[in-house]
Formats: sequence, C-alpha cells, structure tokens
Amino acid sequence: MIETDIIIIGAGPVGLFTVFEAGLIKLKCHLIDSLPMPGGQLAEIYPKKPIYDIPGYPTIMAGELVDKLMEQIAPFHPGFTLGEKAEKLEKLEDGRWCVTTDKGTKHAAKNVAIAGGLGVFTPRKPPISNLNDYEQCGVDYIIKDPEKFRDKRVVISGGGDSALDWTVILADITSECTLVHRRTGFRGALDSVEKVMHLAHTGKVKMVVNAEVDELIGVGSLKSVGISIKDMPKEYIETDYFLPLFGLMPTLGPIADWGLELKKDSILVNTLDYSTNLEGIYAIGDVNHYEGKLKLILCGFHEATLMVQSAFKRIYPDKNLVLKYTTVNGVTGF
Amino acid sequence: MDNQITVFVTDRDGVRHSLEAPTDMGLSLMEVMRIHELPVKATCGGMAMCATCQVYVESDHELREKTDDEEAMLDEAFFVDDEKSRLGCQIKINESINGLEVTLAPEAES
Repeated sequence: MIETDIIIIGAGPVGLFTVFEAGLIKLKCHLIDSLPMPGGQLAEIYPKKPIYDIPGYPTIMAGELVDKLMEQIAPFHPGFTLGEKAEKLEKLEDGRWCVTTDKGTKHAAKNVAIAGGLGVFTPRKPPISNLNDYEQCGVDYIIKDPEKFRDKRVVISGGGDSALDWTVILADITSECTLVHRRTGFRGALDSVEKVMHLAHTGKVKMVVNAEVDELIGVGSLKSVGISIKDMPKEYIETDYFLPLFGLMPTLGPIADWGLELKKDSILVNTLDYSTNLEGIYAIGDVNHYEGKLKLILCGFHEATLMVQSAFKRIYPDKNLVLKYTTVNGVTGF
Repeated sequence: MDNQITVFVTDRDGVRHSLEAPTDMGLSLMEVMRIHELPVKATCGGMAMCATCQVYVESDHELREKTDDEEAMLDEAFFVDDEKSRLGCQIKINESINGLEVTLAPEAES
C-alpha cells in the first residue's frame, strides 16, 4: 500500500502543480495516471503546440511547460504510479481513502484530488448496433499482441495512422487482410500510406475504399462483416476478426461510478475549496464544474492552490495554517 | 447590431435555434453553441481532436478550407458526410458566415 497525504489522480499540469502547493505546506503527494508519462493532454495530444495564456510566458510549448512543472515540483519528491488507471475508490476503516488501479496498485491517503482532465483515453467505437456482442469473440479495438492474428482472417476499419500501421504489420502474418476506409485517400504518415498502397497493389491487402463496415454477422463468434460501398452493391466478407481502429477518445471512465455528483461529464464542486460531495475528495482542473467554470490550465492552478489548504485542515484540524509566501523564505523541499 | 451575426443551429431533436454571436471575440461556432447551452460536448476544447462538435453545413456559405488536423479528425469520426461535415471548433465566427445554417451530427458512442 502506497501511503501519502494527497493522492492525485491525473498527472497533467494541474495535478503536477498541486504537488508544489502541497509541498509548500509540507504535504506529500502521489500521482496516478493511465498514461505512461507525466503531462496528461499536454504530453499525449499536443506537446509541440504553443500555449499563450500561462502568466509570465508569452508563449511556451506544452511539452516544455510539463518539463518546467516537473522541475518545479522535484524538491517535494512526488511518487508516481504511471501507466495504470485509477479504477476503484473505497473508504478504509481508519477513515482514509483507498484508490486501486486496474493493475491492483493500492494507494491510501486522507485526501484525494481528482485532476483527471478529459478523463482516460479509450478507443472510439463505430456506430454498429451489435458491436458490443462480439467484443470478446471477434472484435478488438486495441491490438496488444499481433501474434493473436497469425494465419487468421482480419478486416481492419479506419484510415488514420493506427489503421495503416497495423495493416502493414498484420498483412505479413494474417492469412487474409482487408482494409476498409470511408474515403479514397489516406492521411497518415506518407511512409505508411505508401507501404499500404504497395501491399494493395501486390494483393497482400484487399483494400475497400469509399466504404464502411456497418454489419456484423455471427453465431457466438464473428463470422463475417457487411460492408456498404458508395454507389456499389453491399459486400460481405468472411472473417475471424474485425478491428475498428479509429483512434482514442477521452472519457471520464471509472470515476463516473464513484458516487460523485456529476453534471454531464464533469464533477460538481464547491468553489470554497473545490471539494466534492464526498468528504476528502476534491476535483480540480478541467474535470470539475461550477458556475462560471473556465477550462483553463491557469484556473486549474488556482483551484489546486486553494484545495491543498482545505486538505491540510483535514489532516491537521488543530494547526493554524499559515499561507507561505515563497518570496520570503524560498522553497524548502523535503 | 454592429459586430454581431446570427447563425442557425438545428439540434439532434430537430429544433432550430437562432444564435447571436459577436464577431470581435475570436470565437468558434463550437464555443457559440456551448454558450447557448446546446448539447455539444467539446471534449477536446477546440483542438479538432474529438469531433463531438461535428455539424452538417446546410447553407451555401463559403467556409475556410479544412486544415490537415480537421481533415484527419473527420477521417476517423463517424456519421461523416463528405459534402457537409465540418467541426464546429474550426469554424470561426466572422461576418462572412452571417446566416449560416448547420445541423448537429449524431453523437458517437465511446
């Protein structure tokens, strides 16, 4: 069991800065993130995009902001559980909260700060009515081990990088590989597009363009897919697997079932200290909602700062908290 | 009124809304739809990365050409109509789109 003062769910900019503000008042933090590296959206989606509304930085690359935050919080030695998704929240007998990840790592603390941003990245699913019925028996959204498809027939759907890259890999090991794309052109990395085109010319990949897989047929497991093709009769292809690869999309994920008061996909908080309806659970940054909420990194920093003051009072109800000005004494790590 | 245009958005229940939008604030159509509390998730916050603000353009306004980011997203989105689909976050509110008529695309499951 990892023990700390504040468990922070989400290692994006707001989660990272929480470590700093907590550190100033001698609280320790441990961060959990489903991504394998810190930075959240900034690292995963747009590391090379400039941000213009960080005070003091007329412009800064998202990736650079993450690096600087990591440098800023280094004196407070935060712990990290990366590449694991926070899945379960329970109350322990001693009143602390316990957060368990999908890999079984347990964390305990009096306070939990949910700084989950957009949520966890999950595969985008095409709108096919019985898609879910075949999830364990013929439909995969994420390919963990390509060997699973050796000498099998696969139909891949999608036109982005992941669909193209997997087509190149699977064309070699499958007995039959079909790529279905809604458009005629591909916009992926030039190299992958050329490889796929070459595979199509040499007959290693069957390419169906201007088309969408919109029907799944099988008994118990998937047997064939129906493909609607623009201005052509519908085609049916027998297959062992259907792999819809349409990229990832963030969703709130397991947090939605933790008994928190939600509005749409956001957690409702009290702006006094960004506390939720569960005592000791806070929500800060893009994941929360209150009247007048703005989804800005800047606002998340402010929310984190007020939140740690409240967390302190929960840990030390008898101590008078003195707000520290870093200009007076600098930053003392621990 | 100066610096103000009107755009028309038909929601997923078929109700047509008339939205007033200022042209001098650098807003996108997605943001205007959010301000008027239309059911647009805007998960990615306007970075052409989620397609939750996808609309079908019904009027013949000339819109700015799609960027590579927008094209790439529409490649992977669902319910896409190649003639009409655009991402609301990539449509800038300015004088040239006064009277624009759009319909919200269906929501995709995730």
